[in-house]
Amino acid sequence: MSAVLQPAGAGNRRRIWRNAGAILGVGIVGFITFVAIFAPWLAPYDPFTIDLGRRVIPPMWMEGGSPLNLLGTDQLGRDYLSRLIYGARVSMIIGVATVITSGIIGTFLGVMGGFYGGRVDDAVMFAITARLSIPVVLVALAVAGLLGTSFTLVILVLGLLLWDRFAVVARSTTMQIRNLDYVAAARCAGCSPMIVLLKEVLPNIATHLAVVATLEMALAILLEAALSFLGLGVPPPLPSWGLMISEAKEYMFFSPWIIMIPGIALFVLVLGVNLLGDALRDMLGTDLSR
Amino acid sequence: MSALLEIDDLRVTFGGTAAVRGISLTVEKGETHCLVGESGCGKSVTSLAVMGLLAKGGKREAARLSFAGEDIRDYDEKRMSRLRGDRMAMIFQEPMTSLNPAYTVGSQMTEVLRRHRGTPRAQAVDRAVELLTRVGITAPGLRLGQFPHQLSGGLRQRVMIAMALMCDPELLIADEPTTALDVTVQAQILRLLAELQKDLGLGILLITHDLGIVARVADRVSVMYAGKVVESAPTAELFRAPRHPYTRGLLSCVPVPGKVKRDEPLGSIPGVVPRIPPGFIGCAFRDRCGFAEAACAADIPRRNVGPAHEALCILPEGARA
Amino acid sequence: MSVPAIEVRGLRREFRASQGLFAAPRRVIAVDDVNFSVPAGSVLGVVGESGCGKTTLARMILGLMEPSAGEVLVDGKRLEGMDRRARARLIQPVFQDPFSSLNPRRRVRDIIAMPLVAQGNVTTSEVDRRVAESLERVGLSTEQGTRFPSQLSGGQRQRVAIARALVLRPRIVVCDEPTSALDVSVQAQILNLLAELRRDLGLTYLFISHNLAVVEHVASEVAVMYLGRIVEKRESEALFRDPRHPYTRALLDSVLTPEPGLGVPDVGLGDIMPDPANIPSGCRFHPRCPACFAPCAATTPRLTTLEDGLVECHLAG
Repeated sequence: MSAVLQPAGAGNRRRIWRNAGAILGVGIVGFITFVAIFAPWLAPYDPFTIDLGRRVIPPMWMEGGSPLNLLGTDQLGRDYLSRLIYGARVSMIIGVATVITSGIIGTFLGVMGGFYGGRVDDAVMFAITARLSIPVVLVALAVAGLLGTSFTLVILVLGLLLWDRFAVVARSTTMQIRNLDYVAAARCAGCSPMIVLLKEVLPNIATHLAVVATLEMALAILLEAALSFLGLGVPPPLPSWGLMISEAKEYMFFSPWIIMIPGIALFVLVLGVNLLGDALRDMLGTDLSR
Repeated sequence: MSALLEIDDLRVTFGGTAAVRGISLTVEKGETHCLVGESGCGKSVTSLAVMGLLAKGGKREAARLSFAGEDIRDYDEKRMSRLRGDRMAMIFQEPMTSLNPAYTVGSQMTEVLRRHRGTPRAQAVDRAVELLTRVGITAPGLRLGQFPHQLSGGLRQRVMIAMALMCDPELLIADEPTTALDVTVQAQILRLLAELQKDLGLGILLITHDLGIVARVADRVSVMYAGKVVESAPTAELFRAPRHPYTRGLLSCVPVPGKVKRDEPLGSIPGVVPRIPPGFIGCAFRDRCGFAEAACAADIPRRNVGPAHEALCILPEGARA
Repeated sequence: MSVPAIEVRGLRREFRASQGLFAAPRRVIAVDDVNFSVPAGSVLGVVGESGCGKTTLARMILGLMEPSAGEVLVDGKRLEGMDRRARARLIQPVFQDPFSSLNPRRRVRDIIAMPLVAQGNVTTSEVDRRVAESLERVGLSTEQGTRFPSQLSGGQRQRVAIARALVLRPRIVVCDEPTSALDVSVQAQILNLLAELRRDLGLTYLFISHNLAVVEHVASEVAVMYLGRIVEKRESEALFRDPRHPYTRALLDSVLTPEPGLGVPDVGLGDIMPDPANIPSGCRFHPRCPACFAPCAATTPRLTTLEDGLVECHLAG
């Protein structure tokens, strides 16, 4: 097609700013990242300080609320706003750390299988199928039973289990690129297979993997909340939003805000991450050879 | 009697870019008119514009756009889709992407007839078999049940032609119909089109970049460059006396087997096709033209330079390379 | 007698296409017992249509694919087992599609530098110097060297591909349809460039194309391939003047020269398409051959040596 008819690449970038979803996604994730990083400066109180004299105070705007605790307090008298802010940290760190771990594992496996084909690919496909057959919650249960619960263990369990989508996407994109002429030219130029992988293949699949990364991050955040809710994830007294929801179960009908506030926060964060992923996909496009 | 297809001053823009900047041509019944040009000249966009198949964002304007005497400029999608496939048919370059891989050949072919004429299925199948045979496909009954991926490129293109003929169209628009095919198959397909034209009185608008095809198949030629028709003539006349420097340049670039001089470089046209900014005036070829002068920056009128022969160039006759 | 630039002996390549769990895999013979040698400094054109095996042949000669049988000698040395860096210094490719033969994420000068960097023992300043030299030789500016492939036209990208192929100063360049994806006016520019470079640098070309007119212009000798075998190989001028194999004749007749009034020729090949998975018995061209007679279906024709080449056809024997 002609140079005259195609929009320039810059046009694509401009388009995402016109997309309301993209702006929202970037805004939400940006804001929550900021909150997570600057938590110690933003939180009005220490999230762990218990004050049994000030239990279950409703948020400021409700009857019985107090300006001392903007979002009220939980069942142990801990300031809810501070717990929410520190909870953002938990969600973001776990989200990012999981994605890095699972990304490295999945990309490595997928690229190896896609590039070398044959037996290597058979092994990778088997690994992916095996992984898909393993239920995450049962593994978390087993780990919790054997080793207890901790922040690091959650990251390890999720990171070692959530790599399948990375592997599948890395594998299929690698297989498409492997047959392109510029890869053949690199081999003819005398590059070793490793260099070809690193310099020709990886940079061209990176955009696809970035989109997967945002989706996996949303998933990791939700899974951590679910595991914490079940008592298999982050242990108390850490302020995980999932744990906060679990701890608020008993108060659900009398003081519904205790369960709604972290629930809404979780929803907003995951929505933001997903919108960001959509925006990335629209902006980066999917054509592999141009 | 009016021509089968009449286009006068067709303009197509996408956003701010003008893909087609005012072209005019006519296709008569029983005639093959070739629209020839290189990539980016706007020839494919022209055919899409005529059929009303422009992508979203494409705007079409014309002083005159008529098919068999009817003015189709203001036809909405509903009326155009009644024309398309029925009286006006189109075949594309890549038969793999223009045939739906999920449906059999037979179902795609019969759908055309059933949709446009309401023909019952059995009759539509008979017609499909008749046309597959007509285009030289053996074992047509077998082919009806096959999927596009089970056929070779040449066969798929024949299926496309057969499909285009299902409703006995008056006009066939063929956009690079043989570019993706082997050279021996190409000859067969072009012969087939010529035969069909003779038998059915089809008017054909053939879009191509291949001057060899133009010479052998066309009755009339329009040469396109950067959105405009720069020269238009009956085929023999164009090859005998090309007047526009672009046409001359193109002709000198094509090596002819048997007349090739190995040690001499091939003729070529220096430079690349320019991007035409909005509001551009003058000849788009002037930066690459060996004869360019100051007057080329002003609006160039279409000049009559021979029998039914027009060129968009101020060069006087007899100017030598 | 100097060593031939390329020598190919008994080259064969088979593929197995799986037909599912219960059927035996289909054997596709893409290249079947191909032999030729290309003298240093000359151009061998290889022509043929889809399914003839010319691309597979090119990949084996470039070392991208291992032959099922036979050997390839490049500059007298066996290709099999050759160190990849040594091979890169001898033979380089120019591919057909200017869009997919350049990494879209790297700048032009890095693309051209890649073979030098892969050699491992070249200093940065030397790399820069050679890249600049290569750019100039193909008619590109230093500014264009800083761009990405998407910012160049098809013809310019093909020049980059040529610059990359030449930066190591190889002996042989394998051109696989280098101009087929380009506009006619640009084709001529690139062909002229290739001819000039060959003369200036003393290169040998293996030039694969389906466009016979281009091959006639470029090649000193032409090999015609059909379903994996070379059916005719002659001096270029002789082949075009007096083709001896019916397939070559059909190919030449199919070429539509820009000469009005001649109509479209009837090549007389019938409707059967060549299928490398179902190679006919005897002479593999016999089902489509207008000159087919008694022995053609039964026995494979022997190679007949002519004064200016060879041909594999019962009619020539």
